[in-house]
Amino acid sequence: MSDRKNVFAFYDIHVEIEGKEVVKGVTLEIKPGEKHAIMGPNGSGKSSLANALAGHPNYRITSGQAYLAGKNLLELDATERARAGLFLAFQYPLAIPGVTVANFLRTAIKASGGDEERLKNFRKELLEKFKLLDIDHSFAARYLNDGFSGGEKKRIEILQMAMLKPLVAILDETDSGLDIDALKIVSHGINTFAHKDGGVLLVTHYQRILNYVKPDRIHVMMDGRIVRSGGPELALQLEEQGYDWLKIEPAGVGGR
Amino acid sequence: MVVGELQNKNLGIASIGDDYAAQYGFHDAEDYFHKSPKGLSHEVVEMISRLKNEPEWMTKFRHEALDIFLAKPMPQWGNTELLNSIDFSDIHYYVRPTEKQGRSWDEVPENIKKTFDRLGIPEAERKFLAGVSAQYESEVVYHSLKEDLRKQGIIFLDMDGGLREHPEIVRKYFSTVIPPSDNKFAALNSAVWSGGSFIYVPPGVDVKIPLQAYFRINAENMGQFERTLIIADKGSRVHYIEGCTAPVYSTNSLHSAVVELIALEGAYIRYTTIQNWSHNIFNLVTKRAMAHAGATVEWVDGNLGSRLTMKYPCVYLVGEGARGEILSIALAGDGQHQDAGAKVIHAAPRTSSRITSKSISKAGGRASYRGLVKIYPHAHDCRVSVECDALLIDGASRSDTYPTMEIDAERVRVEHEARVSKIAEEQLFYLTSRGLTEDEARLLIINGFIEPFTKELPMEYAVELNRLIELEMEGSVG
Repeated sequence: MSDRKNVFAFYDIHVEIEGKEVVKGVTLEIKPGEKHAIMGPNGSGKSSLANALAGHPNYRITSGQAYLAGKNLLELDATERARAGLFLAFQYPLAIPGVTVANFLRTAIKASGGDEERLKNFRKELLEKFKLLDIDHSFAARYLNDGFSGGEKKRIEILQMAMLKPLVAILDETDSGLDIDALKIVSHGINTFAHKDGGVLLVTHYQRILNYVKPDRIHVMMDGRIVRSGGPELALQLEEQGYDWLKIEPAGVGGR
Repeated sequence: MVVGELQNKNLGIASIGDDYAAQYGFHDAEDYFHKSPKGLSHEVVEMISRLKNEPEWMTKFRHEALDIFLAKPMPQWGNTELLNSIDFSDIHYYVRPTEKQGRSWDEVPENIKKTFDRLGIPEAERKFLAGVSAQYESEVVYHSLKEDLRKQGIIFLDMDGGLREHPEIVRKYFSTVIPPSDNKFAALNSAVWSGGSFIYVPPGVDVKIPLQAYFRINAENMGQFERTLIIADKGSRVHYIEGCTAPVYSTNSLHSAVVELIALEGAYIRYTTIQNWSHNIFNLVTKRAMAHAGATVEWVDGNLGSRLTMKYPCVYLVGEGARGEILSIALAGDGQHQDAGAKVIHAAPRTSSRITSKSISKAGGRASYRGLVKIYPHAHDCRVSVECDALLIDGASRSDTYPTMEIDAERVRVEHEARVSKIAEEQLFYLTSRGLTEDEARLLIINGFIEPFTKELPMEYAVELNRLIELEMEGSVG
């Protein structure tokens, strides 16, 4: 894979949590600017896949391969994966009391090797992103996720993505808990990111966000496997028919 | 000889003994002791007082205090094991300033120098902090500041100078907040005190810039037995800053200061301390304030380093509507015990207090919160808020709280919250997924934890404190 610039790809990923296999061989390739969505019912393993790829210590990848921009992700810890350009928007972002949003972002940019120039323009850039995501300026001085509503947290996750400029972003149920206005704003943020050649892997179990973020590919995950992949029309089919009709399909179609 | 002349000649109080010798027939100052012999006796107390040429009442005060010290048993609470290990006969109770200033930079331990380097403290300040002779005297900043204060009638001297130049004010207030009988270490300090600050702010005067101990140089700043007295007269305001974040290096193992604050009607005093003692020090300090009607006293108290610290800044709310606030942090590392807390006595109606205590224990360190809130029967309509937050960095570390509330009045609102937390694995993962290393993530969480404290500090202190904690955390985690 090392010859393919900025591609995010993983092959036959198996994930175990507390000794139980929850992801049973998943393969995907996401090119710069591409938006993919993984859909599936609760417990299908999609969040486990997201966490494992980002390097959560409790999710063990037992076999498979994963590359980002030619780097072997499985040799890297969570910090190094982030520095390599991988971003995970959390389903339940954590509060860091006493650390302001601005201070946190500055620290994170610095940690990822942000140069002087970026730090010098930090304030300006932050205000631009606030505007893009319709976030009130007062959030810069608020403690990260401390007392934020569910929707505010999700918006701040997208803000982080926009500021950190990863190569690829995995968005774990970023749409859940958002009202329609917030959903539109968050979608706008995601589209803007993809438009600038960011790769997106959207993990969701609702079709709703796909009205605003038009994915290039949709993958349906059930019981730890991708059981079907297709274009945007697949989302509509799921919306109308639910997941049940897929249960009789043979597993292991995988990939694209 | 007038003291002002002495200072003009750049002799300062270091020469007081010389003057004494000349006046009383000691021909060679070198014959006089630079250091008192080890151990404590009425002879030593007498020598200290005579050397400083003190008035009779102070000499008598010292002797009486010594008797109290000798009669009082060691406290039966706190870390009694460590307390009982103190050998009072193995201590020099007085070291002449000239002697201290004679210490050379080469003698300062390498690790202390390195910390100075990494904190980016200027050369002159480093030497001062390390107990090497001070060089501030010629600094323009210092002189113009002094002139400003003088014009407003503010007195800012070392305690010995205060006693010489303003004996009437000192005699009126000295030891009125903390009598020698208060506790064994207050008695010890009363017998052998030396150095510390003396501040008097006249009625209605607002001291615009924080007064800092290192502004007054030609004095014993880092005495073992400092004695500080601050009087804010009616309606005045003052912020005093003691110490700094750099490690205070000392060859003396026992430090026992007494700090008395008096805020008269409607006055405001904030007293900020950040101390980072070297790890051999026993730091046993008595700090207490008297807040009269409508007055406010705030203690902002940061404790790092030392072997054992026992310190409970206290406010007596003696006038209606007085307010007291105590905000403290303690960081206990390997082999350290920070026994810190707060005390508020509500002795008047409609008084209010707030205690916020934050502690961090790491690498087997122990942090204890010990607090007392007392409300007397006639002190109705009071408000009290106590918040204790402990953060444990690892499983080997320890935190305890010993809160006491004695509430005997009616219509009192009391809020009390205590929390012990650990850094959650999910929090670490969240931050590492943003490119921080685990150590960076922990540090960010810790800095956030103490943010309510650091935001009360002047900027340069806040920055230094964060860097210092970064140094302290290095290698101890992950």
